[in-house]
Amino acid sequence: MTELMTVLDKNGLVVAFLIVGALTWLTDLFSKKMIRSRVPGSAIAIFLALVLGYLGGLWAGGEKGLADVPFFRGLASLGGSMFRDFAIVATAIGASFFLIRKSGWLGLVSLVLGIGVFFSSGVVLAWVMGYRDAVSLCTIGAGACTYIVGPVTGGALGASSEVIALSIGTGVVKTIAVTIFTPIFAKKIGLSSPGSAMAFGGIMGTSSGVAAGLAATDPKLVPYGAVTATFYTGLGCLVCPSLFFLLVEKLLA
Amino acid sequence: MIQGLAVLSFSFLLGMWCGELLGTWLGVDANVGGVGFAMIFLLLTKEYFQKKGWWAPEMGFGIEFWNKLYIPVVIAMAASLNVKAALSSGTLAILAGIVPVLLAFWVFRLLIRFFPAAHD
Repeated sequence: MTELMTVLDKNGLVVAFLIVGALTWLTDLFSKKMIRSRVPGSAIAIFLALVLGYLGGLWAGGEKGLADVPFFRGLASLGGSMFRDFAIVATAIGASFFLIRKSGWLGLVSLVLGIGVFFSSGVVLAWVMGYRDAVSLCTIGAGACTYIVGPVTGGALGASSEVIALSIGTGVVKTIAVTIFTPIFAKKIGLSSPGSAMAFGGIMGTSSGVAAGLAATDPKLVPYGAVTATFYTGLGCLVCPSLFFLLVEKLLA
Repeated sequence: MIQGLAVLSFSFLLGMWCGELLGTWLGVDANVGGVGFAMIFLLLTKEYFQKKGWWAPEMGFGIEFWNKLYIPVVIAMAASLNVKAALSSGTLAILAGIVPVLLAFWVFRLLIRFFPAAHD
């Protein structure tokens, strides 16, 4: 047994690959078999990870969630800022100028509107709930955009681990809300054509939520929504910690 | 494969550098938009390489691997955050996750009413 402990202790990052891999395998299975993909597997996995972070905090009493338990230390390396930012930059490989031209003006307008609406309403709600510093307000506003934009913004601006966790939680709730509300409201808001799906992807942003929600509405619309949603996270990561942060700082001053 | 990874690393470092420079220039102690800049550099480099005929499918593979790894990285990050402390503001996460979505449905309705292209 001590030999196994030594191996696990020495290879933290590899242990993290195993844990995250096993977790996503289970949640994908759960999403497909139990709830017929009504909530994307990735959103469930991130939610469960937050629960694990909570349990780790209870158990170890530290500030790094599950990563404070010696066994699971590798999670902090895999989920550290360097890997996180590197992996997010890599997602741009799926985008191209061909796609940008294809989504055109409607795509651009919907993206700008979407990020603006989510960020500003997130900031307002955080303000109402008692947050007053520009860094925390921006991180939570960015989390209202997606669970990626939140931690990227928080990491860049130096927000606390607690606020970053909150921004991820917000983003996960958003993904689930988009997934569930899309098929319910689709008819009422006129979401029925490829063009409207493109605008929808740009406004809602969260790729997994938009894909799952459109799939439940009309599977033919999924690729159109995905075209614009692809750019949402990238644009969010660009404007939230820069332009929007400066605007919030100006407003507070 | 590793060439693709080098292209990704080059764009990443260049973007982060821009973010740091912009932060210093604005007088804030933060990396301002570095990830966003890096994504733009990656996009531009890829288009340029493709135009020049330097882009090999193998290179895409090295980047694709990291593209696929981003959800797992977010999962690992979520598990290693101070969730216990954040839970006291859990209501905010639920409110800020749902209210903007409802607002966005309304904005969407307005947008497609004024944008004829949306009906194609």
